[in-house]
Amino acid sequence: MTNNRAGVPRLPHLLGIEGLSPETISGLLDLSETYIDQNRSVDKRRDRLAGRTIINLFFENSTRTRTSFEVAAKRLGADVINMDVATSSVRKGETLLDTAMTLNAMRPDAIVVRHHESGAVNLLSQKVNCAVINAGDGQHEHPTQALLDALTIRRRRGNLEGLLVAICGDIMHSRVARSNIHLLQIMGARVRVVGPPTLMPTDVDKLGVEVHYSMKTGLKDVDIVMMLRLQTERMQGSFVPSISEYFHFFGLDRVKLEYAKPDALIMHPGPMNRGVEIDSEVADDLDRSVIHEQVEMGVTVRMACLDALIGGQRNQIGNGA
Amino acid sequence: MSGKIDKLAPPHAGSTAYINARIVDPTANSEYLGAVLISDGKIADFGPNLFASGAPYGIQSVDCRGYYLAPGLVDTRVHTGEPGEEHKETLESAGAAAAVGGITSMVLLPDTEPPFDDASLIEFVARRARQVKLANMYAYGALTVGLEGKELAEIGLLAEAGAVAFTDADHAVANAQVMRRALYYAKTFDALIVHLPQEPTLSGGTMTSGAMATRLGLSGNPPLAEVMMVERDIRLAEMTGGRMHLTKISTAESVEVIAAAKARGLRITCDTAAPYFALNDLAVGDYRTFGKLVPPLRAEKDRVAVVEGLKDGTIDAIVSDHRPQDQDSKRVPFAQAEPGGIGLETLLPISLELVHGGHLTLPRLFQLLSSKPASLFGLPAGKLAKGAPADLVLFDADYAWRIDRDDLWSKTKNSPFDERPVQGRVLATIVGGRTIYRDDSFAAEAAAA
Repeated sequence: MTNNRAGVPRLPHLLGIEGLSPETISGLLDLSETYIDQNRSVDKRRDRLAGRTIINLFFENSTRTRTSFEVAAKRLGADVINMDVATSSVRKGETLLDTAMTLNAMRPDAIVVRHHESGAVNLLSQKVNCAVINAGDGQHEHPTQALLDALTIRRRRGNLEGLLVAICGDIMHSRVARSNIHLLQIMGARVRVVGPPTLMPTDVDKLGVEVHYSMKTGLKDVDIVMMLRLQTERMQGSFVPSISEYFHFFGLDRVKLEYAKPDALIMHPGPMNRGVEIDSEVADDLDRSVIHEQVEMGVTVRMACLDALIGGQRNQIGNGA
Repeated sequence: MSGKIDKLAPPHAGSTAYINARIVDPTANSEYLGAVLISDGKIADFGPNLFASGAPYGIQSVDCRGYYLAPGLVDTRVHTGEPGEEHKETLESAGAAAAVGGITSMVLLPDTEPPFDDASLIEFVARRARQVKLANMYAYGALTVGLEGKELAEIGLLAEAGAVAFTDADHAVANAQVMRRALYYAKTFDALIVHLPQEPTLSGGTMTSGAMATRLGLSGNPPLAEVMMVERDIRLAEMTGGRMHLTKISTAESVEVIAAAKARGLRITCDTAAPYFALNDLAVGDYRTFGKLVPPLRAEKDRVAVVEGLKDGTIDAIVSDHRPQDQDSKRVPFAQAEPGGIGLETLLPISLELVHGGHLTLPRLFQLLSSKPASLFGLPAGKLAKGAPADLVLFDADYAWRIDRDDLWSKTKNSPFDERPVQGRVLATIVGGRTIYRDDSFAAEAAAA
């Protein structure tokens, strides 16, 4: 395993946070930091990935994540192709492997994949010989989201170790929650999950987290409040009775935020459902909400991930040599 | 492993003595060095003292060289693809896999296309089995029309055509009223009803609920879905007095509830499939679709409870639950993958783990694999008795090898046990006195002798 810039070990793929070492995560975050100034300057483009081809393969609709990956790749000088197959009528299983093989034959250097089934990105990674980045698979992982959350927290708090973080809402269906649970604990933070039992995955406590069914106890003395998006299709009465009841008990508003530490940060992976899981008043509170900073850090983190996977020396994985 | 399938083995004529064998007699619950004499396809004599001073002149004899000789395995849960999905498995390829696995009788599940809900299909199986000339093949009849759990299939006519039991295969009969009537009606023919207990509204998940499912982000099927249905079925069986056999018991709670029902004297029996005592949900880590089964592989505590259930007799039989799936059905994301694993060829070595692990004696194991399922399903198999069909398996219980899916005879390769190191290998499989499978090593040794 050769080391890349900033000492990040070369990974073949980025499929999830689980299993990464604290050193790898710190290395990726350090590398991300180096791109912040570049992104804020007038001349944003570098040629570090010049000549590389990156395919954004999205089997599930996404505007934000796909745009973020596209911006990140372009700022490093790579050629980006977006493939939106969410609306394809071909049978799902066939689409995945057939598309993977077809794209692989075009010899890209990296494929960024989002898919609605857990494990689909792992499966695809076994079929191609270029780097694969998981941009979210089903209810499994969304590693770049957890990395950008960690970078945002680290820049505000200096360190992740010892922090108390509450992840609130629909834990069951959230890949963001799973990736964050892994990453925060790997880096020494303590994690609580807060939400109604119908939205808690079975045995989630065995992942090492504290489980709370009330925002009052769950947010008590936390440093970070991470809100999750409640998927509209989950609101039809089988998981929670109604949006207004959900917001009453689990939506983040000024009153519930009082339970957290006075300087607790508010985070949300977006897109937000205002009035469902978060009140506009707190979402837009410039002193507390770091939601827009998360979006900014998303680009730098994705630049770092692409760099770590396919930057530097010509990537050996894709050469077939 | 390699060996030779011999479907052209001639009908057995005259007499053959299998001498110097370690004989496993499940009915007598004993094991001894002795011999078996086969005449005209039937067991003519057997025992520890038979031919102790060598086979008499003029009788063909096979020296078993101290290897185990037992009644052939009786596998009461086999899916094939014939008719309808012959690309997955035909009766011929299933018959070959069974022969290699030491299985001499198997009962075919009715979930084919079309399903066995019509007497002509039961006759079709019997006819095909005669052509294939390998293991004995029997068929289940469908319990309900189209396996839909709504209207009763023609249980009487199916039984008359030869169906040995009735089931909707891997579909649970959700409607308690339908199951109640089925149990009542089946009493007319003293027919056995085999049911996979899974509450459908709770068992839609793709793997067992728990920390592993949560980590992988896969939807869960709680163990509760099984025991709820087991409890319902026990009540219905008690009320109707029908013969109910619950299949593929996979959870600790189910074992406990069935043990209690048996203690109350109810006429209820059950089986489990090899994966449920040999594997747990770790086998689907890394989204291994070969480990996606119905019911799903459970937690370690459940696996241990299933082993205990086999030891204490709560569980009456072991099945392979052989279910072939082609690559297109398995090389997809986990949630989209078809469930099921092949198991005919691995049933004996996996089950022998229970013996090597000190949980069961060999005669006890062969009660579970052979004599018990045969008597439950009323098959003329599974026992050493004068006049019984000479359906036997000769095996080396200790031979160590590693399961490699590419070496298996089944048409599809979806073994949940792929790459597992095991002990135990079939040396010869004898059906009605005909040696339909012979392992190369044994054939070579026999030739050298």
